[in-house]
Amino acid sequence: MNNDEYIHMNLDSSKNSIIRLFNVTKRYGAKIALNNVSVDIQPGEFIFISGPSGAGKSTLLKVLYLAEKVSEGQILINGMNLARISVSKLPLLRRRFGMVFQDFKLIPSRTVFENVALVLEVAGEKPSYIRKKVMHVLRTTGMDKKANALPPTLSGGEQQRVAVARAVVGDPDIILADEPTGSLDHASARLVLDFLMAYHKKGATILVASHNLHLLESMVRGRNIVLEQGQLVKTSTML
Amino acid sequence: MTRYITKALADIRSNRFLNLITIVTISLSILVVSLFLLFFENANRLIEGWNQGGRAMIYLEPTFSQEMLPDVKARIRGLGEVEEMRFIPKSQALEKLKDEMGSHTGFFDTLQHNPLPHALEIRMKTQGDYAQVAAFAKKIAALEMVESVEYGQGWLARFLKIFTLFRITGYAMCGLFLLIALFITANTVRLAFYSRRLEIEIMRLVGATEGFIKTPFYVEGLIQGFLGGILGLLILMAAFLAISSGISGNLSAYVYLDIRFLAIKTMGLIILASTFLGWFGCYLSLKQILK
Repeated sequence: MNNDEYIHMNLDSSKNSIIRLFNVTKRYGAKIALNNVSVDIQPGEFIFISGPSGAGKSTLLKVLYLAEKVSEGQILINGMNLARISVSKLPLLRRRFGMVFQDFKLIPSRTVFENVALVLEVAGEKPSYIRKKVMHVLRTTGMDKKANALPPTLSGGEQQRVAVARAVVGDPDIILADEPTGSLDHASARLVLDFLMAYHKKGATILVASHNLHLLESMVRGRNIVLEQGQLVKTSTML
Repeated sequence: MTRYITKALADIRSNRFLNLITIVTISLSILVVSLFLLFFENANRLIEGWNQGGRAMIYLEPTFSQEMLPDVKARIRGLGEVEEMRFIPKSQALEKLKDEMGSHTGFFDTLQHNPLPHALEIRMKTQGDYAQVAAFAKKIAALEMVESVEYGQGWLARFLKIFTLFRITGYAMCGLFLLIALFITANTVRLAFYSRRLEIEIMRLVGATEGFIKTPFYVEGLIQGFLGGILGLLILMAAFLAISSGISGNLSAYVYLDIRFLAIKTMGLIILASTFLGWFGCYLSLKQILK
């Protein structure tokens, strides 16, 4: 069965999917990072992407937000084929995602407020709305008292809370989190997952890539996608 | 736009040293260019004065008689470049010569007849452009009843040759310094871009358009160019005020020197060019980086 036939066959069975991967393969030279991965994700699902280091978890997230292009296969986000997205439309796609990274990816020279506000600034929101919305989200994540602090003066847990605030401030449909608790202590990790779960309850689809399943299993109910050497080896439901 | 300007000013503040170097480099280049323009503006005015505002003397043939005057005048006017024309009869010319020579006029009494020719003094519509004056003078000289035309061609032509050479050198120097300023501006933008790589990567991740990312760099380039232009002109003005009063004081006893600072229009053009330079440096750099 070729790729197009696969897409058409599955379009009918999973019309409501928010994210669909069809035989996605990603190669870096001779190395295969993702190997023929096909997944359907429904709106509002909490997805764990687990597996050992080098299994392809981060690559899977990267191809979703188009930091990397797939070598083969297709990805649909809300029915929109990523292969057909022009460079000028890419920013619009990325505004639908909230992203959280292990290394936080905060701008060190900008305050906590400015880092979170950036998402709304790029979307062209008015300054009065930005101020109100950012302060609301910072209060939710308990970072409002540090709104004027620079990221390097914060602890790892606090920086990740800022990153989560930035991820949710634009009310995205989908949150992609790449090892969000990887560099945090247990208490901070729990706090960050609490925020993600709270946002999930509002109806967002959340994809968390992590090699540490124990904490996730103890806190979250969702679907676990297990990758090994770039291949999807198991899908299970976590209760 | 306010947001972009605020951002650009914040970026300039956070990279003070780099931006200061760029602004000073632009200002030095603008200083050199402005210095040449200042020289050319004043030299042009001086030459125009020496050229007597496009005046020429037309000396007529000895066979000329005043009945022919309307015809000669009409033929000269027919050439189309004459602003003003005055006939100077040879008797008037002789009287003028006697007046100018004061007490040394005894030998005039020995003259059998007036040796001076009748003349026409004309002022041309084309002033200051030596080539056009020379071309027109040649046309007049070819007319019937015209013996010769004098417009200070000898020494003025030699001076203008040197001046033209100087002007070409000046243009080359201006071009060179503007290129240096362009290179420095482009490199500052490049350094600023690389120092903000993480910031730009994050901006892209959260959905910033290329315009949103690039605009602050362009605004920064425009500000650098504008400030560099202003600074260059201020340095030149300070130097001009300090030096020109000394020159005028020393030479005014011998010659009349009308030395003026650059015209407002020229200053406006310099600042505009400098601002464009800042923008263009940024454009070249971003084009190369984001290729």
